[in-house]
This record gives sequence, structure tokens and C-alpha cells, in this order.
Amino acid sequence: MNIDSIKNGIVIDHITAGKGMEIHRLLGLGNLDCMVALITSANSEKMGRKDIIKIDAPIELDTDVLGYVDPGVTVSIIRDGETVEKKKMTLPDELEGVVRCRNPRCITSTEQELTHIFKLVNPAKREYRCIYCETKV
Amino acid sequence: MINKYGIPSLLSILDLSVQEIDELVSTAEHIIANPKSYAQRCKGKKLATLFFEPSTRTRLSFEAAMYELGGNVIGFSEANSSSAAKGESVADTAKTISCYADIIAMRHPKEGAPMVAAMNATIPVINAGDGGHNHPTQTLADLLTIKLEKGRFDHLVIGVCGDLKFGRTVHSLIDAMSRYEGVSFVLISPEELKVPDYVRNAMKEKNIPFVETTDLEGAMPTLDILYMTRVQRERFFNEEDYLRLKDSYILTADKLDNAKQNLSVLHPLPRVNEISVAIDDDPRACYFKQVLNGKYMRMALILKLLGV
Ligand SMILES: [Zn+2]
Repeated sequence: MNIDSIKNGIVIDHITAGKGMEIHRLLGLGNLDCMVALITSANSEKMGRKDIIKIDAPIELDTDVLGYVDPGVTVSIIRDGETVEKKKMTLPDELEGVVRCRNPRCITSTEQELTHIFKLVNPAKREYRCIYCETKV
Repeated sequence: MINKYGIPSLLSILDLSVQEIDELVSTAEHIIANPKSYAQRCKGKKLATLFFEPSTRTRLSFEAAMYELGGNVIGFSEANSSSAAKGESVADTAKTISCYADIIAMRHPKEGAPMVAAMNATIPVINAGDGGHNHPTQTLADLLTIKLEKGRFDHLVIGVCGDLKFGRTVHSLIDAMSRYEGVSFVLISPEELKVPDYVRNAMKEKNIPFVETTDLEGAMPTLDILYMTRVQRERFFNEEDYLRLKDSYILTADKLDNAKQNLSVLHPLPRVNEISVAIDDDPRACYFKQVLNGKYMRMALILKLLGV
């Protein structure tokens, strides 16, 4: 795979340096059949250093995960070698199945099939709370 | 909250707007004045009391409320005798009970369980207490008592005393009363049981005047309302700490000497010994009226949620 030129796929750019691995893990990119390139500590004019992820297949991305972990990233969709869409991520209003509630008294601790859902309650502080027990992430 | 089927439920006191609380209070006052006109309002309706942990007084209050509206009651009073003992999920229980009943009152030891029920039921769910999290019908009882005793919700000095750290009824009361003009709080507790940061920060953010003190007697003369709470044994990891603190904040007749003549003493009950029995006959003692008011507010709430 030529990591400079993807034909059909996704480029996640402007990842805060050091967060590439976490995003790779949270998006489950290790389980994909296609080629995935994780570039760490790339030079960036704006950020000094940044991480980049390139995915060589047109997969569906969970953009909520990206917006939550690293709200500054940009996602470019590549089709036939051209960038057809470029999106800046924002903090999602809701996180479904991204993080787990750690409150041992929460109903999610005993009901295994319940989806862990968090709501953004304070965007300025990036504060999310469990919708069931209101415990912070 | 309103779920995906458009069914309303009450999970937290903040689900209710100030206006909705006023409406419930008016309904309750109307029930008190005209009990007969409500005696058939829920005829043919069934309340399911799903108590996954025992709480006899809350359950009886709900049952009495439904009977006085002419309805019927089904349910269970502890998890052992329910399908939960066989491992059924709260969601499945809620869907199943929706086939039998018209409204659910649920008590559960796990925080958020009534919300799971409310998300899945096709009938309204009332949170009758979920662990240390919410207990909105207790707060409704507190609010009706304040309204009936004081004639208003605004411009009151409210003292809360005892376990302010784990006392969920205190947190809900502060949330609910913070919405009215001119209300201030005196938070009276041992150092170990002060209100959690999030409660304190919420008051600061809303510019609600409050003071924190360890001195019950010193605070007494300023108070319009004194809300006493129980220091619960199960909240302590250490028996020694419990024994040392449990008697710190006992309300006795002599402590009321320098209180206002129209002070109202509230308590969510049951009490252990934090209010001396000698005070029960003092006109300022309102905690048994509060129990009765709880039933009236549950009646008003059932009517509202059933839309009858
Ligand atoms: Zn939770």
C-alpha cells in the first residue's frame, strides 16, 4: 500500500500526537481485512507533531468515537483518488457503546446486554454522564 | 421523560417543571378537599408495584394511593419472589408487566434501573427509589408539605441536617427548591457527611445562597424549615465511625427552644433516634403529615401519568 495515495478509503488527519494508537484501538481498526496505516509523529505546520491514520477501504467510521477522543481531527473520504468529503469532528451529544460506566451501583453493572450510553452535559468541560446513574465518564 | 412509544414516566424530580409541580400540588390540594370525587377515577386500572428491594412504607403509600383512586394493585415486594431471581432483565420485566398493568411503581437497588424500565415499558413508570440515586415521590411529599405548611415555595430558609453526603432526599430537595426565588440553605452536618462537591457546585453556579455548619443549635433561629435525615448504618464502612457520628445530630425539645414558632420540622422517615419522640406532639413537627402528603402526591402523580 502506498500510504501517500489511497484510491478508495479514509484519512483521519490532525490527530493529536500520541492519540493515534488509542483511536486505532477504539475504532477496532486492527480487526479490518484491509490495510491500515498508522503514522505517528508526522510533521504538521499547525500542530508541530500529529498522528495520521489511513484506511485503504471505504468503511463506515464511528465518528462519535473520534469526536469524543480527539475533537480536532479531520476525516477525509477518498473515492477514486479524490477527496470527496472532508469533515471536522465535533463533540458528540451522545456516546453509545464507546465508554463503560464504572459505577458499581449502576444498573449497567448487572445487566450485561445493556448498552452503555453517556450524554454530553457540559460541552465546555467536555463532561459526559451515564444516562442511567449520572456518573461522570 | 417520554420514551420512544410516547409514554411519560417520572424518574427524577427534575423531570418535572416548576409549573408541573404546581399542577401536582393543586391536584393534591383538591384531592384533600374533595376525596370522594376521586374515589372512582382509576376504576378498572391496575398499578404494578415492582419492588426489587423491600421498602414497605413506600410500597404501602403507592398502594393506598391507587386504592383511594378506585384502582387495583398487583406486584411483588422483594426480588426473591420475582422473575429477577431467575435472571430476567429489567427491560423484559417492564415489557411483560406492560401487558398486565396500566402503570408501574418500581423500586430497585441499582441506580438507573427504573430508567431502563421506562425506556422499554408501554405504560408509565414511576421511580420509587433507585439505590442512592433518585426518589422523586419522596421529594413530592416534601414539596406538598412545604406548600401546605408555609403557603409558598419562595423566600424560605431551609436547614438540612444529618447525612448530607449520601442522603439522596436532601440532594433532590435542594435541586427542587433551588428553582424558587429567595430560597437559601443551611447545610448542617458532621465534616464527614457534608454535601458532595457536585451538589455544592450546582448551588454556586445557580447563585443560591448557602452556608455549611456543624452546629445545629446555632443555625436553629434562622430556619423556616428544618429537614432532618437519618445517618444510615449501611453507608459506613466502619462501625466505629457510625457509632461516633449517629448521635451527633439528634433533635431534642431543648434544641427547639430558640427556633421560630412557625418552624416546620420535616423528615423522610423512618427515623431511628434523630428526632426525639417528645417532639412528635409539638405543632412544628410535620413528619407524619409528610407521610400523608406523600400519598396525596402519589395520587396526583398517578392521575397525571395516566391522563385520567
Ligand atoms: Zn451508570
